[in-house]
Amino acid sequence: MTQDRPNPLRRASVLGAAFVSGFAIMCIEMLGARILAPYFGSSVYVWGSIIAVFMLSLAFGYLLGGRLSARHPNPITYALFFVGAALFSLPIVLVADSVMELIFDQVADPRYGSLLAAILLYFVPICIMGMISPYSVRLLVENEQQSGSMTGLLFFTSTLGSFLGTILTSFYFVLWFEVNTIMWGSAGALLAAAIAVVTIHGRPTALPATARH
Amino acid sequence: MNAFAWVKRGILVLAAGLLTLPFFATLSVSAEVIHEERSLYRDITVVQNGPRRCLIFNIRIGDRNQTCVDVNDTDKLVFAYTRMSFAGLLLQPEPKRILVAGLGGGSIPMTLTDLFPDAVIDVVEIDRAVYNVAKEYFFFAENPNMKVSILDARVFVKQAGREGVKYDYIVLDAFTGDYIPEHLLTREFLDEVKQIMTPDAVLVANTFSTSAFYDHESVTYQDVFGQFFNFKLPTSGNRIIITRLTPLPERAELTSQAQVFSERLRKYDIPILEYPVRLSTEVDWDMSRRVLTDQFSPANLLRDN
Repeated sequence: MTQDRPNPLRRASVLGAAFVSGFAIMCIEMLGARILAPYFGSSVYVWGSIIAVFMLSLAFGYLLGGRLSARHPNPITYALFFVGAALFSLPIVLVADSVMELIFDQVADPRYGSLLAAILLYFVPICIMGMISPYSVRLLVENEQQSGSMTGLLFFTSTLGSFLGTILTSFYFVLWFEVNTIMWGSAGALLAAAIAVVTIHGRPTALPATARH
Repeated sequence: MNAFAWVKRGILVLAAGLLTLPFFATLSVSAEVIHEERSLYRDITVVQNGPRRCLIFNIRIGDRNQTCVDVNDTDKLVFAYTRMSFAGLLLQPEPKRILVAGLGGGSIPMTLTDLFPDAVIDVVEIDRAVYNVAKEYFFFAENPNMKVSILDARVFVKQAGREGVKYDYIVLDAFTGDYIPEHLLTREFLDEVKQIMTPDAVLVANTFSTSAFYDHESVTYQDVFGQFFNFKLPTSGNRIIITRLTPLPERAELTSQAQVFSERLRKYDIPILEYPVRLSTEVDWDMSRRVLTDQFSPANLLRDN
């Protein structure tokens, strides 16, 4: 485990990655209602479905990520969350229309239609993104004295990412790009975060781990 | 944007605020708010000013009236855009199955059912509160041939398409307090509307004639329908788009149709004889603007740019 002991650069990479994840979550959420609207309208329940499913996905993600962080926490697994989130958000670009078409024909009530569509499209990628938060904490924290401040720092960073993801997507991205382009962009950002984490953690630490005490 | 431009914009906003102030002052003196409610989608206010009763969405951000009635003469159409929407009759004089998207105060469907009592009319309205207000304050009433569905228009049109239901007269008049909802402005939506039109159907869409967004909207209708009549009046801020699946009729045909209708439309105050010369096919928009699609429809952002 000594190799995975946090140093400032590694910490920064984890915080940066968590920022990207927070950004991507809200970016995808803001586009969610836009993606569902052609099939289920822009009624208030479409937003309700999106937000409800995101909350549920994150809840299970937190639980699962926390469990996983207890067993051999390592940056490779951490990076794989980002790769997984990126890959599983691609169906939103590639098959969303056929999925929603199918639901539209089967489920007459647009409330349950939009809820089902949101579950099928968003549960897996957002759940994986939820796993990132507790796992980040595990990678950042060295001892229990730090746990509160590191968790606070992590929440601050990822929520700041969410803030920017929300505002930039709704104010500007939709004005500049197509919905799918933005989706590809967030998948790309998640992959880039994975690469950055692996690269930085793969570098030898500046000081031998034992010399840091 | 540089600091100077921000200051300029600030001054403009301030000036606009000061200019609209007297309007609200007069509103509070002579007009009486007879009903106020906050629905899931908007603030709904019903204001009575003498015999004129108006429905206003989101009054606090200074929205214009959605619809008005004259309580002493409920047949009369108070607004130019409402009257203008009946220019669709010049292209389809005998509608049998009508769809109206967006109820508002219900004056368009009420006039249609009065004109064509045998026509089956479907009205789709997203907001149940608007439906209740229309019934309670604007003399709207359903009848065996006219039913309202509380549903998003996009969902209604898509369902109708799946079920193979077709309409020969379609009015798109769905507005939020702000503008037309973004998913009702896209090429994909208009394609779905096209699928529920009979070969002789007419489509009448109420839009605004000002704003930079005009170009995008025009380009999108052009992309889906080819030609359309652009119907504007100097007295109205609205632009009515009128189109159909087959080539548009000549002006002579419109004029003779107007003469046929003129008498029947008098009691609603619709000056149909004045309309044919105003139906233009001239392109007065920037053709290089992007078509609005489900992928790209930042309508309410574009409107202000």
